[in-house]
Amino acid sequence: MAYYRRNSSADRMARGLGWFSIGLGVAELVAARRLARWMGMEEQAGLIRTYGAREVATGVGLLAMGDARPWMWGRVAGDALDLATLASAHHDGNPRRENVATALGAVAAVTALDVLCTAMLHREEATAWTPPRDYSDRSGLPRPPAAMRGAAKDAPIPADMRTPDILRFEPAEV
Amino acid sequence: MKALVWHGTADVRYDTVPDPEIEQPRDAIVKVTSCAICGSDLHLYDHFMPGMEKGDILGHEFMGEVVDVGAEAKSALKVGDRVVVPFTIWCGECDQCRRGNYSVCERSNRNKAMADKLFGHTTAGLFGYTHLTGGYAGGQAEYVRVPFADRTHVKIPDGLTDEQVLFLGDIFPTGWQAAAQCDIQPTDTVAIWGCGPVGQMTIRSAILLGAKQVIAIDRVPERLSMAKAGGAITINFEEESVVERLNELTGGKGPEKCIDAVGMEAHATATLDSMYDRAKQALALESDRAHVLREMMYVCRPAGTLSIPGVYGGLIDKVPFGMSMNKGLTWRMGQTHVNRWTDDLLRRIQEGQIDPSFVITHSVGLADGPGMYQTFRDKRDGCIKVVLKP
Repeated sequence: MAYYRRNSSADRMARGLGWFSIGLGVAELVAARRLARWMGMEEQAGLIRTYGAREVATGVGLLAMGDARPWMWGRVAGDALDLATLASAHHDGNPRRENVATALGAVAAVTALDVLCTAMLHREEATAWTPPRDYSDRSGLPRPPAAMRGAAKDAPIPADMRTPDILRFEPAEV
Repeated sequence: MKALVWHGTADVRYDTVPDPEIEQPRDAIVKVTSCAICGSDLHLYDHFMPGMEKGDILGHEFMGEVVDVGAEAKSALKVGDRVVVPFTIWCGECDQCRRGNYSVCERSNRNKAMADKLFGHTTAGLFGYTHLTGGYAGGQAEYVRVPFADRTHVKIPDGLTDEQVLFLGDIFPTGWQAAAQCDIQPTDTVAIWGCGPVGQMTIRSAILLGAKQVIAIDRVPERLSMAKAGGAITINFEEESVVERLNELTGGKGPEKCIDAVGMEAHATATLDSMYDRAKQALALESDRAHVLREMMYVCRPAGTLSIPGVYGGLIDKVPFGMSMNKGLTWRMGQTHVNRWTDDLLRRIQEGQIDPSFVITHSVGLADGPGMYQTFRDKRDGCIKVVLKP
């Protein structure tokens, strides 16, 4: 079972990145065309929108799911995709080359944060893991369960909690 | 006095608060000797239940010694009596109490108007469990005011430890009612989702009531080992398919009785539908996670019974109601009518048929409560049940 400790610094950082992911994703979804134009990637507006949807999904996963690690790995993979896409637009033929460079720098910085957060989460898991406790001696019953089966058959079960005869699964009487 | 006080999401503090006083003639003041953190307290801790306010004292599973009694409770209680206090406050006089439906007492919720508006009709007042259920101070404290104390108590005879009887106030009768309302027959397979404290009590109850086969579903190894000790066949849902294993264990027919001892915070990474629930919950589009309900409806044998002691707070989404209708399933649910069961259960404890203290894994001072909330919520350190000593 994965270990995760909510409220740790790594977890708080992961949640922060989750909100950032949602914010960025929404921005990419609603302003894809403007962003594409700013970076000289007009034909890539659809791709930016897809990346926006990916960001929102990852952000919700980070905020909602217990174990942040798989979602952080998702973010790191997404960063790699963003960097590759931006690198392909960073060429002399692009009049907005400088804007692409700015975007590359921003994504690289966020990538560093993502990698750091992922590493912190994994370190937390490694240091916190302890072998599961064995409670196999805790039956709470004076004799083995098989011997106690039906010991309370005399319990007063009120009529309103009885099953109608037609819905009982006892073998039909011949 | 000192008490555990709710300040917001995952923010419980050990605060100094005013001592409680007798406010009504049927009140009593109880000096708490032992109290526990209940799984349903976690819904408050994570703030999934509406109606909490900063400064609310938590706790609805507690016991202690009577130190003051109002004039109209003196016929039933006296100073020095040792009592377990049920979490459902009941007046004993309204239509519902006269039927034994104590958890829907018509008079004990002092915020009745609020509950009427939200639920259509009020339910009973509960200790330390939101202003929807009366906003009563809870029992994770040194002292508690018990309203309708002449009825709302279980007297404890000498010779039993706090640990043996404390859970008569909640998880033991809750697990018992969950099994009892299935009307377990000797031919029944009973599947129980969740091996937390209520799930553990449900397993033992189903065994004692005579189920042919009890199957317990969870993912936490230590909970599963405790479930096995109680006589259950266990399924770790992270390692195997619940549906396939249940079919295998029932010859493809499905369990006759299915019990949801999980409630609104079903684990959220095992299946697509639970991830969907968790995502919607995070965006405030849904209040409860319904994975266990869906799975029970799917696996239950047609004409079988679903029993739901797990606490739900509001709205659920994508519940295949048509499946339930077409299979002719019976749903039974509700907060526990604690005092319906306590005389019988106390006798069984006295006779040694069961010792509910088996479930306690952590016992600490009240001051350590805030940390234990987190330990219990995160299932760390092998934590299954926490008892606090004020």
